[in-house]
Amino acid sequence: MSDLLYSEEEEALRAAVRDLLTDHCDAAGVIARIESDAPHDLSLWKSLADGMGLAGLLVPEDRGGQGATHRETAVVLEELGRAVAPVPYLTSAVVATEALLACPEPGGLLASLASGRRIGALAVGLHTAPRAAFATVRLEGGALHGELTGIADAAVADVLLVPADDGGLYAVEAGAVTVTPQTSLDLTRPLARIVLDGARGRRLGDAEPAVRRALRAGAGLLASEQLGVAEWSLTETVRHLKDRKQFNRPVGGFQALKHRLAQSWLETVNLRAAARNAADALTTGEDVDVAVAVAQSYAAPVAVRAAEEALQLHGGIGMTWEHPVHLHLKRAKADSIAYGTAGAHREELAELVDLRAP
Amino acid sequence: MTDAAELRRRTQEFLAAHPPAGTARQDFLRARFDAGLAWVHFPEGLGGLGAPRTLQAVVDAELEAAGAPDNDPRRIGIGLGMAAPTILQYGTQEQKERFLRPLWTGEEVWCQLFSEPGAGSDLAALGTRAVREGGHWVVDGQKVWTSSAHLARWAILIARTDPDVPKHRGITYFVCDMTDPGVEVRPLRQITGEAEFNEVFLTGVRIPDAHRLGEAGDGWRVAQTTLNNERVAIGGMRLPREGGMIGPVAKTWRERPGLRTHDLHQRLLKLWVEAEVARLTGERLRQQLVAGQPGPEGAGMKLGFARLNQEISGLEVELRGEEGLLYDDWTMRRPELVDFTGRDAGYRYLRAKGNSIEGGTSEVLLNIVAERVLGLPAEPRTDKDVPWKDLAR
Repeated sequence: MSDLLYSEEEEALRAAVRDLLTDHCDAAGVIARIESDAPHDLSLWKSLADGMGLAGLLVPEDRGGQGATHRETAVVLEELGRAVAPVPYLTSAVVATEALLACPEPGGLLASLASGRRIGALAVGLHTAPRAAFATVRLEGGALHGELTGIADAAVADVLLVPADDGGLYAVEAGAVTVTPQTSLDLTRPLARIVLDGARGRRLGDAEPAVRRALRAGAGLLASEQLGVAEWSLTETVRHLKDRKQFNRPVGGFQALKHRLAQSWLETVNLRAAARNAADALTTGEDVDVAVAVAQSYAAPVAVRAAEEALQLHGGIGMTWEHPVHLHLKRAKADSIAYGTAGAHREELAELVDLRAP
Repeated sequence: MTDAAELRRRTQEFLAAHPPAGTARQDFLRARFDAGLAWVHFPEGLGGLGAPRTLQAVVDAELEAAGAPDNDPRRIGIGLGMAAPTILQYGTQEQKERFLRPLWTGEEVWCQLFSEPGAGSDLAALGTRAVREGGHWVVDGQKVWTSSAHLARWAILIARTDPDVPKHRGITYFVCDMTDPGVEVRPLRQITGEAEFNEVFLTGVRIPDAHRLGEAGDGWRVAQTTLNNERVAIGGMRLPREGGMIGPVAKTWRERPGLRTHDLHQRLLKLWVEAEVARLTGERLRQQLVAGQPGPEGAGMKLGFARLNQEISGLEVELRGEEGLLYDDWTMRRPELVDFTGRDAGYRYLRAKGNSIEGGTSEVLLNIVAERVLGLPAEPRTDKDVPWKDLAR
């Protein structure tokens, strides 16, 4: 049975990340940043990646990383989710890194991503489920041609990992392509369109296994980010309802509201078990497909509901741009599509556990 | 004496001295109790060794491997899960020595006389009276939802001993002799057709003061021990994947493709995921307990299982189509155990309706989560400082 708890080291890691985010990623700062020309917080990224060495958790030490596991990475993502931090951690340190780990010839790229010196992005639409079809570009006369959309954090990527129609995965320098930001629902993880017009790339290996592995790890660890989003939503709402008085009493005392928060708490407790299980399965390699599909089938509706409840129970203030609840709502809703919807993961489960459709 | 190896050695020595094959079941169980291997976390002399609770698994594994008989814990769940921890915490030495051994061996079955027709969620409003007469208390009143009352030798009972103080303060906790001539047990038939529970009428029942548990007037506090253990017992079963109610549904789905529809498929997958996640939450809770870091998560387990059992069994009846219109057996029986798996889908559906009522309604449990876990304020109360006799009823 998988280990569903947090170790002391994992709790220490959480505390360190939370301290950093408390000091350098407050909600007002994020809200101010998301509409600027630089929605990503690259100075925070530098502290996480360079200062704390967190970009290399999944990479073995002899390949330039920290040699940690998905369990620690998941703890980092819980905290980043709580803060809705606009950093390319999931996309570069998890998804692009996992793709490179699946390739026979990643060269120095793996180490440069692990150190945080460079940021990578897998050029597959964020909505793509681990086993779904993905778009490719054309390989013609040794150069790449085509357009890919919905690529998360591509705007800050130094290198793109691009699947081509010859079945290969290519490393393409960001300077060799045109990256155009798309107006995104979640401004803290913005999408971009990439146009390749004869760009040169270096073949890393086969795209299919690399993309599958990357998306599966992304989906499994996304559940921990969703847990962070749900936790923040619940905690903030409880705090607000203890404080906010109407009808001469704290509104948190009204049973109609208490029951909704208790329900949200129950779901968050369940989500923690599912997310830990997925992180542990990715670490041990046992029962990974089912663990990831279960976590993703469960996580999205829970995180979305927690954020929606937070908005409703904050009343009018929750509807304002100034209050951070919308950051969490938008992240939760975008996450419910990222790496496959809950429904897509349930369909996957139907095959995995032999509960087939009519 | 808290170490697993030492405990394993002791169990092996015990088995050598009392080979299961050559020892009568009752003698074996009594000897096991006397050897401190019944519940190792209990004190020495009371069936235990004062060891950590988690080490019980070491003993159980050795005994099971040797083919030793157990005390049929499902039959005596109320005694083991509710009466025993309360007696251990609040009983006198005489009470512990008198009651715990036959309770654990199953020679004496226990039941719980708490709920009343007028006191369900508001249990502290109970009206069964106990009046002191010399060295005895004389009890009159009516209790309800009492499982095993028709089998029980003893009951844990809470009764009103002081109507002139607010309701939580005027209650006393007793051990009631179910063979007293003033105790009348009547089966209470449920929507399933059977009578798993009873109504118990108490008329002039005499309880010696020596069978009082805790101080007079302190019964509400004593009862909290019982109730907290009840919820742990209800929510805390360990399950393999598909081990709960989802199991029979998944089996039917696989074996009978003709019953499948798209709508049922979507709902089945959703519930399968929820059942699996609930199982993981239970597993995580157990890991926390083993690691000595109990969290508040336990408060929610019963809530989750109640809703899941109801939704899954409801889906199962629907999945069966034409057969879902039938019912296996409406005969009035008095079963010793609740057996979800031995009956058809219709039974499971109807019996699961009780899961969100027994052991605290889901609505009350949501209040408990909101107030004790999340720290939200309680609703304003009009009954707190009013003497029980002046409350509306």
